[in-house]
Amino acid sequence: MGARVAVIVFPGTNCELDVAEALEGLGGSPELVFHTETDLHGADAVVIPGGFAHGDYLRTGALARFSPVMTAITAHAAAGGALVGICNGFQILTEAGLLPGALQKNAGLKFLCRTVACRVETSRSALTGHASPGELLALPINHFEGAFRCDDATLAQLRADDRVVLRYVDNPNGSLDSIAGVSNESGNVVGLMPHPERASHALLGSTDGLVLLESLLDVRVRARV
Amino acid sequence: MRYEARIEVSHRPGVLDPQGATVERALPALGYEHVRDVRIGKCIRLELDAPDRAAARAAVESMCERLLVNPVIEAYEIELTELAPAS
Repeated sequence: MGARVAVIVFPGTNCELDVAEALEGLGGSPELVFHTETDLHGADAVVIPGGFAHGDYLRTGALARFSPVMTAITAHAAAGGALVGICNGFQILTEAGLLPGALQKNAGLKFLCRTVACRVETSRSALTGHASPGELLALPINHFEGAFRCDDATLAQLRADDRVVLRYVDNPNGSLDSIAGVSNESGNVVGLMPHPERASHALLGSTDGLVLLESLLDVRVRARV
Repeated sequence: MRYEARIEVSHRPGVLDPQGATVERALPALGYEHVRDVRIGKCIRLELDAPDRAAARAAVESMCERLLVNPVIEAYEIELTELAPAS
């Protein structure tokens, strides 16, 4: 059996089946876990997929951290467990204080839905252990609130600690320093706006997301972060 | 006592406000040439019971810090009004 991955479902989440299918295709064992649950069924890794958790009310991701499952997810991350937030999942992780910064409305106020080039900046995270710094990946973005923001001190810290995981080659949304994904200090918690699960099959136009999901499924990568 | 709190949530200084910038570019098209520094935020209105004004303010500040405002990108101001008791 491959790595067991809890794929979290909030009311309004809509990418959970795509994530599960992509993980299954790579030999992983995904399991959907509803937001009212209080444990993660012994999962090796956790993915918070994209969507509109709790309707994006108040702010994107702001209400999800009050869901019962977040207590278990926070404990999993604190124990060094791999945790990845994709798109709305990234927004949830920043609002929950598990990742620094915030995601703001795109510069230009356009909802963006297209495939963009992203550069892997580090291989020290749970999501990029199989990728090489400098590697370019074609990944779809699909968001209105994706402009990464943080204060100057936080940005300096992220750079110094090699915690910028992905950058856009051609910044589509006004993100600070073209940041598309960041990690926590030890690299086990990662958030990114692009959707690797939507670049997981040739029929989808790109398979560049596979290297990211493979990293998450690899026990050696997870043991390193 | 019952109080009404109006919380004005705005972008922190220096944080890009794309909605404000767009409206600022639109107003001159209607002939309003002298408009500057348009900012768009949101207003949250609530009522609460508290022993006095200071306690009411402290409670609303706590709500802002913990949920209503994201301090990374947002700032806020609170306006408190004492509501007349029901007759």
